[in-house]
Amino acid sequence: MTVLKNSIRDLLRYPSAILGSVIILFLLGVTVYALVTIPYSEAIRLWRGGEDVWYQNPKYAAPAWFNLFSTTKKPVSFAVNTSDGSMLKTITPSSDPNISTVDITYTFDYAYDSVPQELIIYFTSQYKEKLSFVSVSWITPDGRTIRIADLAANSKLTLRFSQDQKLQKRLKTEDVMEAIFADPNSVTQAPLKGRYQLVIAGTTFEKDATIDAEFVLHGELFGTAGTDKYRRDLLLPLLYGTPIALAFGLLAALGTSLLTMVIAAAGTWYGGWLDELIQRITEVNLVLPFLAILIMVGTFYSRSIWLMLGVTILLSIFSGSIKTYRSIFMQSKESSYIEAARAYGASNSRIIFSYLIPRMIPLLIPALVSSVPGFVFLEASLAVLGLGDPVLPTWGKVINDAFADGALYQGRYYWVLEPAILLMITGFGFAMLGFALDRVFNPRLRDI
Amino acid sequence: MAQNNKLLRIEDLVLHFNTSQGPVQAVDGVNFELDSNRAVVILGESGCGKSSLAKAILRLLPRNAGTYSGHIYLQGQDIMSFAEEEFRQNVRWGSISLVPQAAMNALNPVIRVGEQVAEPAIVHLGVDKTGAISMVKKMFQHVGVPEDFISRYPFELSGGMRQRVVIAMALVTSPVLIILDEPTSALDVLTQANIFNVLKRLKHELGISFILITHDIATSSELADDVAVMYAGQIVEVSDAYRFFDKPLHPYSQKLLASVPRLHSDKEPEFITGRPPSLINLPKGCRFADRCPARFEKCVEDPPVIEKEGRNVKCWLYS
Amino acid sequence: MISSVSQVKDTEKEESKRKILLSIEDLRVWFELKRFGFSHAGYVKAVDGVTFDVHDSETIAVVGESGCGKSSLMKTILGLYKPTEGKVVFDDKDLSELDTKGMHWYHSNVGYVQQDPYGALPPFMNVQKILEEPLIVGGIKDKEERIQRVHTAMDEVKLTPVDDFLQKYPHMLSGGQQQRVVIARAMIMGPKFLVADEPVSMLDASVRVEILKLLRGLQEMHNLSVIYITHDLSTVSYFSERIFVMYAGNLIEKAKVRQVLDNPLHPYTVALLTGTSEPDAKNAETLKELPPGEPPSLVNPPTGCRFHPRCSKAIQGLCEVKFPPEFEPEPGHFVSCWLYQ
Repeated sequence: MTVLKNSIRDLLRYPSAILGSVIILFLLGVTVYALVTIPYSEAIRLWRGGEDVWYQNPKYAAPAWFNLFSTTKKPVSFAVNTSDGSMLKTITPSSDPNISTVDITYTFDYAYDSVPQELIIYFTSQYKEKLSFVSVSWITPDGRTIRIADLAANSKLTLRFSQDQKLQKRLKTEDVMEAIFADPNSVTQAPLKGRYQLVIAGTTFEKDATIDAEFVLHGELFGTAGTDKYRRDLLLPLLYGTPIALAFGLLAALGTSLLTMVIAAAGTWYGGWLDELIQRITEVNLVLPFLAILIMVGTFYSRSIWLMLGVTILLSIFSGSIKTYRSIFMQSKESSYIEAARAYGASNSRIIFSYLIPRMIPLLIPALVSSVPGFVFLEASLAVLGLGDPVLPTWGKVINDAFADGALYQGRYYWVLEPAILLMITGFGFAMLGFALDRVFNPRLRDI
Repeated sequence: MAQNNKLLRIEDLVLHFNTSQGPVQAVDGVNFELDSNRAVVILGESGCGKSSLAKAILRLLPRNAGTYSGHIYLQGQDIMSFAEEEFRQNVRWGSISLVPQAAMNALNPVIRVGEQVAEPAIVHLGVDKTGAISMVKKMFQHVGVPEDFISRYPFELSGGMRQRVVIAMALVTSPVLIILDEPTSALDVLTQANIFNVLKRLKHELGISFILITHDIATSSELADDVAVMYAGQIVEVSDAYRFFDKPLHPYSQKLLASVPRLHSDKEPEFITGRPPSLINLPKGCRFADRCPARFEKCVEDPPVIEKEGRNVKCWLYS
Repeated sequence: MISSVSQVKDTEKEESKRKILLSIEDLRVWFELKRFGFSHAGYVKAVDGVTFDVHDSETIAVVGESGCGKSSLMKTILGLYKPTEGKVVFDDKDLSELDTKGMHWYHSNVGYVQQDPYGALPPFMNVQKILEEPLIVGGIKDKEERIQRVHTAMDEVKLTPVDDFLQKYPHMLSGGQQQRVVIARAMIMGPKFLVADEPVSMLDASVRVEILKLLRGLQEMHNLSVIYITHDLSTVSYFSERIFVMYAGNLIEKAKVRQVLDNPLHPYTVALLTGTSEPDAKNAETLKELPPGEPPSLVNPPTGCRFHPRCSKAIQGLCEVKFPPEFEPEPGHFVSCWLYQ
């Protein structure tokens, strides 16, 4: 339609429209990326999986790029293992066919200004009867070798450096991390920077026995978005929350706007008791406590996001906008062309759908776009109140977890700010676009 | 004609608007004169620029006004050369008032009618509220609005009454000239006739001059002493009313008169084929040529204004 | 092809033989006024006892000022309002007895030409869609047939080349062109009569004549009856055979055009004619003699003859008491005024 093309052209004259559209396109891009790279089942698994999914991540880690903005560099977490080759493993057979030596080494540079939270080695070994044996050593940049542990490796063995009591005794301190990273010559607690080496000397006592190791360093920073209390990578809910937020917002806005318009049109056109009924329902609905009802539904029935969406739409269609639409419909109703349509016998439904409503669409569009942020925030609010969908990773859920854990009091601002900023950007984008649309479409109101 | 008799002399008035499609040459070199206590009718159809002419005279320029030049001599003084503040105080509503199109619908619906009429007096003449109200009462008498209507709101008045109120608003500062833009086009027959009665009385009793802008040829004869016909931004004929309505000179004027349906004549009214040119893409030469039945070769050039027995006509037929 | 009104007058004699197409019998259309939406506060008696007939191929003019009830009369004829009392009979069928299908049939037989050409056209539809709407509503399902009829209608109103105009939207057309589309839409179902409500009052002077000529041509070509509602008496002689003058909900004078224009009987008609201007420079020298006051409210019209408060010839003791019946001072010329008893 030429009307549409002209409108888009007018729209692009407003910087707010361009800004808003860019933001929305960005969000859509994130949505597509999230949905494509992380299928739904995978997302759920990553979000609700449990310790074995999250074990690689530290708790409460801030995003890795924090180091860009601070003078003191905090250690970034990493995990390497022998299975994918990130850690070197060599098997040396000996004269005895049953016995082989398994050497696993990992060399890395440590240039951070503080010690990591934890170092963990996960051993998996396969054997029939005889346990394998591992001996772990730590070589510092200045050439010292610190014996870490000597253990018999059963099928699943976890060595946590900070919690190993023998190591604590050996190092004569409870603060293991400090001890193995410290510079013996310096007074400060700063770790020694340089090349460290982890050496695992393992021995297997059966012909087909194997030892595999995974070495995890829990730094203070992790990944693009950091982690939460459960060690979950926050990037997941941020990414995956985008399509959820957009879907909820758009569906609610669309459903509400369209239904409101149709109801207002029908009421205005038929008049009489239908109009009265709709007005009274609207007035009662305006008084109903919206959030309270949602909370009740969530508490007593189910917190499924689809149910919440449905109830939201139901409660929103009889909103104050019915009154606005009604007043405009009442004006349009008197238009000459509606009169002409009645004169050539158009049916009521035809008049409503083919004549009244198309006139309203230019009005509807800005209202629709402007109402999206409200619904997005609603979904987040519900989550913050603890009524979020129990399964899905959403922005609101992240904030909810953060508050529940007292994140702000503990200085873990990133945990709250990341979803909050995304919420704000979404709201901002749609609001900007909505304002611009309003300015473009508003002059047309005069033609009614 | 002595210079001092001339109330208003417009010389080469030009007003163009800038639009995205190019300059709209709404008023393109308009010349005419008006004596004291006479009424001139600017006759023209929609799109000829007549409303813009009113705005040009009163310097009510929109934001996209482009070229604005020429001379407007009001009682001998060139008001085009006045500074904005001087123009606002002395000319606009001081000497010249305007009753714009659909003014009766533009009354403020939440202010009482008396107050609205008093406002020009208070603002322009510096009269205090009581003095203004007594002036309003006098004006209401002139236009035939009952005195108790002063405290009424616009919605309580009929269309005809509202139009009288608007005329009273234009009168209250005792201007020498009132410009009326389509004052009766939305009114019924009897109401229209009543308004013209009011205007005629005002002219007779108060000696006011009028510029009446309209497309309604029949009603224009109710007030006209002189007629100026406007087409595509230019005045194509100026004549006194008697000779105009009897025998118009310009082919367009002739066609206009022939298009008026008559009560008492069996002659079929004629219509003019084609449409007036757009004020953005004006043709070269005579602007009426493509619709003119008397067109000939000379018409490819813009015709000069020719004087014929005290009437002016812009047409090659009279050279 | 009839080209002047005088020739139409010659066919007067055949009038009585012409069939009555539309008959309005003592029509009353009252609108209830409600206070606060509940209690009854009186009636607006827009149409209060109107009787007349329209014959085949006849054009009648209903003349009156705003507030006289002519719009309500017209809308009732169009089937948009239901009569409070009285009957609208079309082709011997009483409108109030028609069911939905019957009303559809009626609607396809009446064309409506409105006053405001721009407002009458939905701004979001192009010309083709606008013209197809009555056809779709009227049940013409075949797209081919609809396109055909659209083309024919456009040709008849001389909006050619047709294909150029079909894709345009109303705001791209001039006032005259818009009105032609309105007329095409009114004609497209092949109605038996048209109701034209001030069809040219919002158009420029020179365009008016064009449109009126068009309407007249269409009327002759299709043998249409036309009810032409206007307040401009000067066009009436060009485009009607009979005039009905309406005041405050009643028809106060009914006659042939020439009879009314040459010999107006009712004082209100006289006033209307006085008020209508013709281009004559002498007009500027005289004040018109007009009745004082304004048309009365339709909620509480004056007792007796509704014009009596403004009438200079009112008969004391009679005009303000009793409502005048219709008198026929000359054949075919009816007037509701005690002066002619």
